[in-house]
Amino acid sequence: MSLSPHVEVRNLAVTVRGPDGQPLRIIDDVSFDVARGEVLALIGESGSGKTTIALSLMGYGRGGAAISGLIRVGDATLDGAGGASLAAQRGRRITYVAQSAAAAFNPSRRVIDQVIEPALIHRTESAQAARARAIDLFRALGLPGPETIGSRYPHELSGGQLQRLMAAMALITQPDLVIFDEPTTALDVTTQVGVLQAFRRVVRQQGATGVYVSHDLAVVAQMADQILVLNRGRVREQNRVAALLEAPADDYTQLLIAAAHPVVKAQPIPAKPEPLLEIAGISAGYGPIDRAGRPAYPVLSDVSLTIGRGAAVGVIGESGSGKSTVARVVAGLLAPVAGTISLAGETLAPTVSGRTREQLRRVQIVFQNADVALNPAHSVGDILGRVLRFYHDMHGADAQRRVAELLDLIRLPATVAERRCDELSGGQKQRVNLARALAADPDIILCDEVTSALDTVVRGAILDLLADLRRDLGVAYLFISHDIATVKALCDEIVVLYKGTRVESGRRDGYDTPPFHPYTDLLIGSVPELRPGWLADESVQAAAPLAHLAESPDLCRFLPRCPVAMAGRCDVAPPPLREMSAGNMVLCHRTEAELVG
Amino acid sequence: MSAASTPSLWRGAGRLIGKRIGLALVTLLLVSAVIFTISGLLPGDAAQEVLGQGATPEQVAALRHEMGLDRPAPVRYAEWLGSIVAGDPGQSLVANKPVADIISERLPNTLTLAALAALVSVPFAFLIGIASAVSRGRKLDRGINVLTLSMVALPEFLVATIAVLIFAVELLWLPSITIVPKDPTFAQFARAYAMPVMVLAVGVVAQLGRMIRAAIIAELDRPYVEMARLKGVGPQRLVFRHVLPNAIGPIVNAMALSLSNLFGGAIIVETIFNYPGLASLMVNAVTSRDMPLLQACAMIFCATYLLLVLIADTVAILANPRLRQV
Repeated sequence: MSLSPHVEVRNLAVTVRGPDGQPLRIIDDVSFDVARGEVLALIGESGSGKTTIALSLMGYGRGGAAISGLIRVGDATLDGAGGASLAAQRGRRITYVAQSAAAAFNPSRRVIDQVIEPALIHRTESAQAARARAIDLFRALGLPGPETIGSRYPHELSGGQLQRLMAAMALITQPDLVIFDEPTTALDVTTQVGVLQAFRRVVRQQGATGVYVSHDLAVVAQMADQILVLNRGRVREQNRVAALLEAPADDYTQLLIAAAHPVVKAQPIPAKPEPLLEIAGISAGYGPIDRAGRPAYPVLSDVSLTIGRGAAVGVIGESGSGKSTVARVVAGLLAPVAGTISLAGETLAPTVSGRTREQLRRVQIVFQNADVALNPAHSVGDILGRVLRFYHDMHGADAQRRVAELLDLIRLPATVAERRCDELSGGQKQRVNLARALAADPDIILCDEVTSALDTVVRGAILDLLADLRRDLGVAYLFISHDIATVKALCDEIVVLYKGTRVESGRRDGYDTPPFHPYTDLLIGSVPELRPGWLADESVQAAAPLAHLAESPDLCRFLPRCPVAMAGRCDVAPPPLREMSAGNMVLCHRTEAELVG
Repeated sequence: MSAASTPSLWRGAGRLIGKRIGLALVTLLLVSAVIFTISGLLPGDAAQEVLGQGATPEQVAALRHEMGLDRPAPVRYAEWLGSIVAGDPGQSLVANKPVADIISERLPNTLTLAALAALVSVPFAFLIGIASAVSRGRKLDRGINVLTLSMVALPEFLVATIAVLIFAVELLWLPSITIVPKDPTFAQFARAYAMPVMVLAVGVVAQLGRMIRAAIIAELDRPYVEMARLKGVGPQRLVFRHVLPNAIGPIVNAMALSLSNLFGGAIIVETIFNYPGLASLMVNAVTSRDMPLLQACAMIFCATYLLLVLIADTVAILANPRLRQV
């Protein structure tokens, strides 16, 4: 028993009903083994079939997909020939951690009831014992208030907490095999580190075998022993992690590794471009505004930045930092409560309704999710044609010619104009999303996380396209992202937002070497590196000395999380803005010399 | 946000529900004004109706004065509203009896019929809605769809007529009109109500069943359902523990709409089975220009509708942890 691998997959094939009604084979001839206690990573782009393979280990085919071939996990097999079937082991000996815990928890039930549910269904232990085990797991996973956190509802918990709770749910029945399906993709980098550490520690303690699905090689390098590279439902390469990263044999693996680090494609930074968009002292938020002029849920406080003609400025921060709100305010979708926005010297009205059509044309926004932003019922030609009609009064043959030009700009064939958006791939849709903004012939495009939903390879191509468009058309970007590597690859200047405050700003090269703002330091240090052993077993992040203090709008916002906070200075006065010798402006009590150390 | 948030939990729900009650009262007030105005727009009035075609204009004017119909509308509205609130909707102009008496004769009949129809149709609607949703796209679902669609499409008078033809004329099982004797035995009661209840239930089961199906299917596509399946949750537990608590909001709202239809929309059934309910009373009030009776009936229907919607909203708020903790 101990000699045979724990998981054995031979000639796995998965067939779904294709769009034309014919059977479509999405997984073909996949074979692999996982030894007991090891972690195998399934890696590939979306559409590579990695999740489909992972789910087939539970005998589960999404939307009635047909699974064939041999799958054995322990003594359970796909058809139950060995005595037990895989489907009967779901939630018992084979468990699953889903990508988005926020969506995978039932919104109307308390978390603890959901966490112990597998133990109750499979009768592994009494409700009381399961509850005690859950609390132990919460503690092991580093959740705050392990005794009481379970009595909350999913909407009261953060994404990182839910992801840990979901891991507890997967471990409650002491399974032999845990499947992690992109469990940290939806999390901020700063949150991801802690969650990954907790996962790895607990899975090791339980001695479970793991299958880890991800598109992120750097994450996988920390979590897995073996990597299986997939492309279009076929295996491209399988090897130990270190060997695969050092000497990738397959050209597709090489492509993935290359794409994991976006190459700096940004142009040399122009000396002092004429200012195009100036944002001065913007404060904004949501909810009713009180007498002092503060909204009920303030998001941005006193944010200023200037974008020169043809320049690219990046805004980075975690979710909740207010980076998308900056774009919404500039686009006129949300009126600021204070501050002004001006475009080439003209002050813009606070909302869209007060702006002229010409002003609207010059500022275009591109949203993260092209699926949602583009009307699926319209053809690409209609979508672009409407913009041309609205801003340029362009009709008929002129418009058609311009649509073809635009498609050429975004490197899609002119025939795409006839297609509907839902017939396009994710990367193609994002190009069309960009072309929609370009059709207005804007001076500046606000890019709100435009590459975040894309795979690494596609992301690289879109970044290249953005850089080329900027060079050829002289369009400026306000580029919003949570990923510092992406921002550095495209932008001249970078602004770091934390809880709606600008904590650091400066030229791209200022972010290559310290000193940084402690928060910038945390952001940069949290991005996983493409080498095994990068992730320490315990938190390398020094504890925050003033973590007991509540966040205050009158002090440094980062204070409760800051590892270098000083009692007597940071907790009494707002931090000053300091200029570092590299030119970066840092909002911190610590001096340059202190920050370097 | 604290774990021990029980008190604030109910305070949040209380505030929301209080708001809904206030809104319902405001709506009812607006509706009363609309009812009063519209009933004033109907051609002719009770004085004309009582005296008949041969009356001279002087006679009509004298009677109008006697009945108080010649005073300004806002005065009559205020007076009417005051007496409605006090529980006295006035004197029927045609029957010369207090409206309250007439209605109290009819209201129990309508309530009985509506309650019986609801009692029969709600469980059936749940049964076919759930069965249809969980077998989505399969034969059972398609069969149920065809059935419910044709049930929705069939007009009530046709269903009633066919039922009368089959059960009363051909089979002689059931009486063709509904007469409930005083102190009926269970058998008499059941025989009397079988057909009207059946006819009313046909439409409600079909409509409500389709709404329940849609509400459940919307939930079945959500990721938490797949997660539950991957935990090993069986089909029954999946529907009753995981899906229904999330689908209950839209379902109770659909129920409120269907049930209010049972209450006020039973006119065809009441007419065909000669059943003395409120809906036929209201139609009679329109034809005889008996404004106080008409207005009182309309107010009862609106109040019932608002009450049902309010109950549905309350259930939906209590079922949703996000709403009840706001």
